[in-house]
Amino acid sequence: MKVLVPVKRVIDYNVKVRVKADGSGVDLANVKMSMNPFDEIAVEEAIRLREAGKADEVVAVSIGVKQAQETLRTALAMGADRAILVVAADDVHTDIEPLAVAKILKAIVEEEAPGIVLCGKQAIDNDMNATGQMLSALLGWSQAAFASDLDIDGDHAVVTREVDGGLQTIKVTLPTIVTVDLRLNEPRYASLPNIMKAKKKPMDEKTPADYGVDVTPRLEIISTAEPEARAAGVIVGSVDELVEKLKEVGAV
Amino acid sequence: MAVLLLAEVTDGELAFDATAKAVNAATKLGEVTTLCAGASAAAAGEAASKIEGVSKVLVAEDASLGHRLAESTAALIASLAGDYEHIVAPATTDAKNVLPRVAALLDVMVISDVSGIIDGNTFERPIYAGNAIQTVKSSDATKVVSIRTSTFDAAGDGGSAPVETISTAEAPGLSEWVEDKVAASDRPELTSAGVVVSGGRGVGSKDDFALIEALADKLGAAVGASRAAVDSGYAPNDWQVGQTGKVVAPDLYVAVGISGAIQHLAGMKDSKVIVAINKDEEAPIFQVADFGLVADLFTALPELTSKLD
Ligand SMILES: Cc1cc2nc3c(=O)[nH]c(=O)nc-3n(C[C@H](O)[C@H](O)[C@H](O)COP(=O)(O)OP(=O)(O)OC[C@H]3O[C@@H](n4cnc5c(N)ncnc54)[C@H](O)[C@@H]3O)c2cc1C
Ligand SMILES: Nc1ncnc2c1ncn2[C@@H]1O[C@H](COP(=O)(O)O)[C@@H](O)[C@H]1O
Repeated sequence: MKVLVPVKRVIDYNVKVRVKADGSGVDLANVKMSMNPFDEIAVEEAIRLREAGKADEVVAVSIGVKQAQETLRTALAMGADRAILVVAADDVHTDIEPLAVAKILKAIVEEEAPGIVLCGKQAIDNDMNATGQMLSALLGWSQAAFASDLDIDGDHAVVTREVDGGLQTIKVTLPTIVTVDLRLNEPRYASLPNIMKAKKKPMDEKTPADYGVDVTPRLEIISTAEPEARAAGVIVGSVDELVEKLKEVGAV
Repeated sequence: MAVLLLAEVTDGELAFDATAKAVNAATKLGEVTTLCAGASAAAAGEAASKIEGVSKVLVAEDASLGHRLAESTAALIASLAGDYEHIVAPATTDAKNVLPRVAALLDVMVISDVSGIIDGNTFERPIYAGNAIQTVKSSDATKVVSIRTSTFDAAGDGGSAPVETISTAEAPGLSEWVEDKVAASDRPELTSAGVVVSGGRGVGSKDDFALIEALADKLGAAVGASRAAVDSGYAPNDWQVGQTGKVVAPDLYVAVGISGAIQHLAGMKDSKVIVAINKDEEAPIFQVADFGLVADLFTALPELTSKLD
């Protein structure tokens, strides 16, 4: 069975985001970029499936600017077998919408015929939390979103999902789309020898046109603004003072 | 302009607060028809008919709709979508599971976690863990929108909308429910609580989370946690507050032993009053706190709990 893992290049989660003064967006020029943290978890899970003999090939896909090849190299260095880069934008500030990403992924799935697609639950830049569910709809496949445990067993998978009330376990028919949550695993670091080896692994380069997909956005970005800042607070000297302050403002 | 609103229904019961907040937001878009779907949903439908601003309630009951499975719920909504310009739900994990699927079935984008409604096509939503607010204008015929409940007040419960039972779409039968692990609690629900007390890695162990819970019980509060506390096994996953957990905006939020990473702040910085207790005076949580106490939580917390009589 083949596993497909879509990985997105996003601003590193440690970087302080700056909104551009003209309100046109977030400044991404010369900012540290990394693999979306959820996608690292997805790559890790895919590699573990291969190591456990449940998968035989792990294919990483990224859609975006050319520099996303660095993200794919990271996936290859972690242990993915090969990569597909879909160059869909020139400007690092162009974000391809989940619907368009899902359409491209659908075409790739039809070519590659994976048994499972492991997506991240959410991209930490647009915070959409949509692509996996959309891909599943387009393919007419089952879906298991927000997975914290995954067990593949023959023609189905048993997945535990993190939901508002706690945990839900479902059984889905393969092929399936799983979106991974934070507690599925702890991703490995790529070792230096593996980083070297990754340079030789195959990476195909494509465009949305190769898949007949129009990536024109459905949502026009009108403006991007800083959130309202909170007024400065005070440091209290003791628990007594804290209680007094809370009573003053009617919070207790 | 008609709105179809997916009510939050769990095991046949309506989550009134989340649904009523989404209804309040949705009434800005048009006349709201609320859909209650589930293996049993009639009681939820009755409850939803009382939400002010709801014009009509649709009840869809079928075994395939039980446990909020995405494939069948999305198929049902897509089959109803032709009559509506907006499809809306509170941004719960259920809606985040179902709505993108609905949107893709309709070949439209989903607009997730909306925190402001400008008009029927134009919405505000936080991006980058709430570090920026984006205003987007949709060119799609149907707008599929999840509503960030922490930014809207709940509609009242004085309504009396008619309830209609509808037949369900054919279920795709791609997935089945196995089990739920849900801890019963007498505490208020995290996203609707007026007071939240959250603990972080600084609490140090599952046992010591009792200190957090004691303060919460004193204040009639819900209990939250940072990702680090959940990852370390001190607290269950459904307590996680943040960018990728729950978003809360209570009247009072008490953060204890939490450093204040941007991903945590994303889930609580719209709280009315924020209290931080941390032994590190440099902790970023103090930058958003109205009242900060630099102290060891193991002495400060019991003292605070005892002095709040
Ligand atoms: C993709 C992604 C998603 C994430 N999503 C979330 C999310 O939704 N929610 C979330 O919370 N985090 C999230 N995080 C994690 C986030 O980046 C931080 O790692 C996390 O919030 C840290 O938790 P913490 O503050 O409890 O732990 P730490 O950062 O370790 O802080 C512990 C604090 O406790 C204090 N302390 C220690 N002992 C005591 C004591 N005895 N008395 C008083 N204070 C004490 C310390 O001074 C310190 O400030 C996410 C990260 C990633 C990469
Ligand atoms: N441009 C992209 N390239 C590759 N994968 C993507 C891209 N956008 C989204 N994804 C995948 O979809 C997941 C959810 O993203 P989103 O729906 O944007 O929050 C990510 O974690 C990735 O696995």
